[in-house]
Amino acid sequence: MAWAVLGPSGCGKTTLLYLLAGLQFPSRGKVFVDGQPVTRPRPQTGLILQEYGLLPWATIRQNVSLGLQVRAFYGPDGRHAPAQQIDPTDVESWLSRLGLAEHAEKYPGQLSGGQRQRTAIARTLILQPDLLLMDEPFAALDAPTRLDLEDLTLQLRLEQRFTSVIVTHTIEEAAYLGQSVLVLGAAPNHTGKIFSNSVFGQPNGRESPAFRELCAALRAKLEEK
Amino acid sequence: MRRRETLYALLVLLILWYLLAVLVNRNILPTPIAVAEALWKETTQGQLMAHFLASLWRVVASMLVSVLLAAPAGLVLGQSPRINRLVSPMIYWLYPIPKVVLVPVVMLFLGIRDPAKIVIIFLILFFQILVLVRDQAAALRPELILSVRSLGAGRRALFRFVYLPASLPAILTALRQSVGTAIAVLYVAELFATQLGLGYYIYLNGSTLYNYPAMYAGIVALSMMGMLLYFGIDALEKRLCPWMFRK
Repeated sequence: MAWAVLGPSGCGKTTLLYLLAGLQFPSRGKVFVDGQPVTRPRPQTGLILQEYGLLPWATIRQNVSLGLQVRAFYGPDGRHAPAQQIDPTDVESWLSRLGLAEHAEKYPGQLSGGQRQRTAIARTLILQPDLLLMDEPFAALDAPTRLDLEDLTLQLRLEQRFTSVIVTHTIEEAAYLGQSVLVLGAAPNHTGKIFSNSVFGQPNGRESPAFRELCAALRAKLEEK
Repeated sequence: MRRRETLYALLVLLILWYLLAVLVNRNILPTPIAVAEALWKETTQGQLMAHFLASLWRVVASMLVSVLLAAPAGLVLGQSPRINRLVSPMIYWLYPIPKVVLVPVVMLFLGIRDPAKIVIIFLILFFQILVLVRDQAAALRPELILSVRSLGAGRRALFRFVYLPASLPAILTALRQSVGTAIAVLYVAELFATQLGLGYYIYLNGSTLYNYPAMYAGIVALSMMGMLLYFGIDALEKRLCPWMFRK
């Protein structure tokens, strides 16, 4: 599944994501992921935020291997880390898969915003998550970089086969990265409208008339009072 | 600081000093040439080196003790708003007390030897480092903490991978800021009940022996000690915080 959550600022979309991530907890009701109630961050859930997620004092290689280091720190206890181990040589293949190999020894401050988000993606996917949560991951990037990383996200989703939830305030991004798009209105939201995306994952997805129709429908829903 | 610029600054200061000494023309302000002679003589034939080393040891020891106690305390306060709310008012009551006034009290309890002098300098450095490290840890972006938590990090791993490395620059900044204070307090602490240390040496030569060139040699030695510490801290920073120098 690939979900996109679309809504205006302050509608609670980031809160929804943090609830799924186990970083915040509902005052009423329960959140279930994979049939289990979420009481703490699941080791199999990956999270990518808009910015500032990388350690500024660690090189790109160290940042990409941070999750592995954290897991080695605790050992495979099933609480902080799943029981199965991950091959540390994966760091190099993830660095080159995301085009970061030549920047491996640089620090985040020396890279562009797009390269920093690639680092965040590598750092998260190396842990082989079954659920990837993204909070406006490309909002701080310029348009070409943004389209490029949206395509990359779709490719990686096909390769790695995880469920993805992307929170965004950009209509086109929701329509491109969401197989289903949940539209939220101003808070509080009791029900949301779900749009299913018939052209999701098709080549040249952004060019098709169906894509533009979906965008128009999403925009109409957002502008509804 | 670059080496060439440091030498250039020294040269300018020496010329100004020389001109002032010639202009004043009193034995209480000898020329740098006379002081250089005294510095050489006091180092090779006198005890200046022993005084220098005694003072350096006291400053370095108190810096080490301060970092070892203040940095962890600052980290704990910085990452826990609850503990910080309880402890911070105490810090703000104690921080502004000029610790020099406690010299007689500390000596009463710890005796007149090195530990008393080290503790007096420590009392001052401790608060400076504590507050800087606490603020640095508290100012970490929530996004950073959340994303590292999402990688599986609990409290212990957050300390190891986030709070500890994040506090290193704050510790070094605090140390750099406290070099001047530490040396000023060292001088006061060494006026009491000791016969070793640059403070004693300067006071003895200036106020008892009236050997002004030797007194200035002691002051120059204090200045050199400060420079040595600044360079040491800079070198540590280049080694421990390489990301700050690559932009």
